[in-house]
Amino acid sequence: MYCVAQRRDARVELSLRGEWRAVALGDIQAELAAVLLDGVRQVQIRASDARFDLSGAWLLHDYLATIAAAGASSLFAGPAPPGLALIERTLSDERSAVDLHAMAQTAWLDPAAAVEGLGRRAVRSWRLLETLLEFLGRVGVAFGRASLRLKYWRPTSIARHVYDTGITAIPVVALIAFLIAVILAYMGAQQLRKFGADIFVVDLVTVGMLRELGVLLTAIIVAGRSGSAFAAEIGAMQLNEEVDALRAIGVNPVEVLVLPRVIGLVIALPLLTVIADAIGLVGGGLLCHILLGMPVAQFLNRANEAIAATTFWVGLIKAPVFAILISLAGTWCGLRVRGSSRELGRLTTLAVVQAIFFVILADALFAVLFMEIDI
Amino acid sequence: MATVVEVRGLVNRFGQQTVHQNLDMSVEEGEVFGIVGGSGSGKSVLLRTILGLQAPLAGTVMLGGRDITGMGAAELRSIKAGYGVTFQHGALFSSLTVLQNVQLPMIEHLKLPSRTRDELAHLKLRLVGLGGDAAAKYPAQLSGGMIKRAALARALALDPRLLFLDEPTSGLDPIGAQAFDELVIYLQRELQLTVVMITHDLDTLFEACSRVGVLVDGHMISDTLAGIVHNPQPWIHAYFQGARAQRRGVPHGA
Repeated sequence: MYCVAQRRDARVELSLRGEWRAVALGDIQAELAAVLLDGVRQVQIRASDARFDLSGAWLLHDYLATIAAAGASSLFAGPAPPGLALIERTLSDERSAVDLHAMAQTAWLDPAAAVEGLGRRAVRSWRLLETLLEFLGRVGVAFGRASLRLKYWRPTSIARHVYDTGITAIPVVALIAFLIAVILAYMGAQQLRKFGADIFVVDLVTVGMLRELGVLLTAIIVAGRSGSAFAAEIGAMQLNEEVDALRAIGVNPVEVLVLPRVIGLVIALPLLTVIADAIGLVGGGLLCHILLGMPVAQFLNRANEAIAATTFWVGLIKAPVFAILISLAGTWCGLRVRGSSRELGRLTTLAVVQAIFFVILADALFAVLFMEIDI
Repeated sequence: MATVVEVRGLVNRFGQQTVHQNLDMSVEEGEVFGIVGGSGSGKSVLLRTILGLQAPLAGTVMLGGRDITGMGAAELRSIKAGYGVTFQHGALFSSLTVLQNVQLPMIEHLKLPSRTRDELAHLKLRLVGLGGDAAAKYPAQLSGGMIKRAALARALALDPRLLFLDEPTSGLDPIGAQAFDELVIYLQRELQLTVVMITHDLDTLFEACSRVGVLVDGHMISDTLAGIVHNPQPWIHAYFQGARAQRRGVPHGA
């Protein structure tokens, strides 16, 4: 019990008791709401038995307003709680006044606001495109400068990124390449067996892995691992004002942050692709041996016939392109982080999504290109 | 007067480095207690230990008469609802507006209708001098002084009796720092708070603090302000009798 009300005709005597503290606010509010104020002209409040913190005092302050709104007057029998004066003083300070009502009202279905929103989006998208072009231009210039002088290559940094994005990715890339090759061979064998064309499983696995799957899988894994890492790393630096510090020192952030990552990944991704290809072939061969009873020599023989001289290179040539797309998506998103940790999360996600999207788009374009030039 | 914070025989060690060696400290109700010490003397570690964010190697930390070392998570949660903290860089949640930052402790610990929560949060913001459009802003849009004020409003969200401030005036200009000192003193008096603050700001120390604890060699030497300036310990002497302190007109010691 936080308050006891005694009604005498048009007068209510309210005696407050207990701990009017923030933790009990909900209960006190419910008790106060139960006090009937219909037809009451005066409320006399005795607060000396209760103890208040600021939230409790605010609740009383709020209740006094409720009493006034019900057309009654209020007065204190004995001293008023000390917090009340502080609240009066704070809330009467015009300088910090705020219209709660106006803040709560946000236009839901205002057609003008909708048009305005659309316009803002359009302008923002256009600006984004501009900044993308600027970013690509800066990377191009930095690369041009770096290719003229060896000093700008920053080999230590590149080596670190080759290690982070390449060497440490070998286990997961190898495992996934192996599993996918096994799945491919298994599915192929099931279907081709019906036609007695078991031997073509070899074609399926070797051509499929070398031309498409090896490089595509590797790129997608790397986009998930390193694209996100690039964005998060640079984004956190951006939040920590490290990027501004670089600029202030006179170092071009694109040159030290973006270029080594792009070059590192351009080196690492083709190497990973070679590993994925090799492991994929091993996986396919193993499955053919176990499931179809095909001797290893026969697998190698058939594989040799199935693949043209270009098959391997057609796959591998895509790797540097994918690497550039992934690293640019990651670093560009990272550099756009501003202000909050939420932005960091959003852009890290965006980096991965964009990287994978552009990798697959580029793969489709490559497929069309190779078909046109008949490889 | 009750003892609000009592630390006995605290030991903290990181690897080979001993940070606290049998540290004792006590803060009485209604005091403004300043913690001073050189860089790396373990001020922040001490604060983290008192807050229950970090378990000490040995010793006890009593908050409101209850030992928090070795306390379970649920018990510690109720203890944490009883104090307010501001961190050195504000530590406002950057994905929430200032108003939402202040409301977060309320949402977590109180069951309130959202209108009440809004009004209470606005009251707290206006109490620290943040009004008008500041409530709807995100921390990234605030100045250093406003961040400190918003952090203070968040610390006051649950009306704690005990307030911890970690370097409340660092990074503020002298005018802003003085205004913040005055705000802390005003709130301390009006809300009858007990304040424990880490500070390097001599002005803050002399304006606000009633007692000072100096961290030296893993121990704490605490005394009233008038007493501590005459302490012969070399670091304390250098701190209070150095050139910066002289400019402030600290009385010459012993």
